[in-house]
Amino acid sequence: MNINGLLDRLFGPGGHSINIGDNFLHGSAVMGDRQVAVIGTHEHAAIDTALALEVSASILRVIRDDLGRGCSPRPVIFMVDTQGQALSRHEELLCLNGYFAHVAQCVDLARRNGHRTISLIHGEAVSGGFLAFGLMADRVCALPEAQVRVMDLKAMSRITKIPYDRLVDLSADSPVFAPGAENYWRMGAVHEIWSAEADWRSCLGAALEIADAGDKRALLGLERGGRLHAAPIAQLVASA
Amino acid sequence: MTNVRPTSFFEATARGRVAKLVDAGSFREFCPPRLRRTSPHLARLNAPVAFDDGVAVGSATLEGYKILIAAQEGKFNGGAVGEVHGAKLVGLLDRGIRERPAAVLLLVDSGGVRLHEANAGLIAISEIMRGVLRTQAAGVPVFALVGGACGAFGGMGIVTRLCNEIIMSEEGRLGLSGPEVIETVKGVEEFDSRDRPLVWRVTGGKVRRALGEATYLVDDDIDSFRSVTAELLCRYGAKPLAVADIDEVTAEHARLAERAGRFATARDGREIFQASGFVDLDEVSLLPVAKFNQQLLEYI
Repeated sequence: MNINGLLDRLFGPGGHSINIGDNFLHGSAVMGDRQVAVIGTHEHAAIDTALALEVSASILRVIRDDLGRGCSPRPVIFMVDTQGQALSRHEELLCLNGYFAHVAQCVDLARRNGHRTISLIHGEAVSGGFLAFGLMADRVCALPEAQVRVMDLKAMSRITKIPYDRLVDLSADSPVFAPGAENYWRMGAVHEIWSAEADWRSCLGAALEIADAGDKRALLGLERGGRLHAAPIAQLVASA
Repeated sequence: MTNVRPTSFFEATARGRVAKLVDAGSFREFCPPRLRRTSPHLARLNAPVAFDDGVAVGSATLEGYKILIAAQEGKFNGGAVGEVHGAKLVGLLDRGIRERPAAVLLLVDSGGVRLHEANAGLIAISEIMRGVLRTQAAGVPVFALVGGACGAFGGMGIVTRLCNEIIMSEEGRLGLSGPEVIETVKGVEEFDSRDRPLVWRVTGGKVRRALGEATYLVDDDIDSFRSVTAELLCRYGAKPLAVADIDEVTAEHARLAERAGRFATARDGREIFQASGFVDLDEVSLLPVAKFNQQLLEYI
């Protein structure tokens, strides 16, 4: 499905007014009787300093506009499709990590200003590109074909020197390293995966209703059986 | 008369750094090695485990100031973040909200996500990021100290940049993708990871200080890290931390946008040094830290 088809399915044809660039998209849409802001990437964008600045500028604009109008803060829908961070000497020299931290700080500012935030993985969500804003949202949703990973198993095998076949075997019952939205669901970092047949418009509406500003992902991972140690160990250190 | 030789931050272990950085004997560790909370994921892959999963976390005092402190062990799996390791950092930050120390110190020495448990590591980094922001929102500052062999890379490079202060040595490095990764994917012409002077000119302490990414550049000895940290604890103690508001985040945005425009084609730290007023560019890497800081200050 192309990006316009997806936006039609989410907001209804005519329900969105979104500027679509090569990698970046931003604008607004209507959900029921309220406006939402839509910001994100598509075409498996490699996130570089320029793209990070576009995303952060859009978030800041939404916050500032809503402060200025004195209206209740609009929810922000982050459209996530990224192959990860851009890899180049130039980007590293500029300190790309600082630009990513800035994006994260913008999402955090939005949250503290009362904006609900939802990420929708509609393509790939990879590594650093996913960290900057996708994983920062209150609630993370994924389309059925979403690809979520740090690295594919072949590259992982090369670096860790663990045979590829063994990694494939182990990933059958462990969600901890193999790519897949399902694994991130079990570990609590993807809150919900929508089915192909579902009414995605109502899925998004429902997600907005239950989006929670507190970070409960470790508890969710424990509850779903995919991440058994994070919550108890954090608890142990927090209250030892 | 005693003549105490400086202790290299770079060479020291995580625990060695903590011991020398804080007031003698004041470190109290949470979830210590004797509890043997090792990584179950490394064990399943028959990879070596560590009883502290590569990070020590605890409380201490520094010049009498109450602090919480974490130190990553770069010699264990490159300081990489797995489920247990990450949870210890998240727990420490949460404790900071409750205990309200003068600051939380993160001695970062990490390549980022631990690939053996990549998904758990990535999620943990995201939880640490939220943890740092939450702790700051509660009024507790978080400082990063970077001077180990693994630097602050991957997700830990992002975490480091969320901190209120970044104290680096010249030997420290800060970035997102390591030079080896860029060379592997994009080729040696893009980034030659064996060209060590180039690697430091792109990610090292001096170029990070010149860009304003590191807030302090210190000599590679633990006492230098300690005295700057003590000075900061005093300063933050006098003036409570204000949570970043729209104006502050907008100012940061303008600063980053200006840099991206100004250095739109730069690929070598020499261009940054030149723009920072250094004339003899071959000399910059040889300049003692004090002299480097002084020249930088004179130009600004």
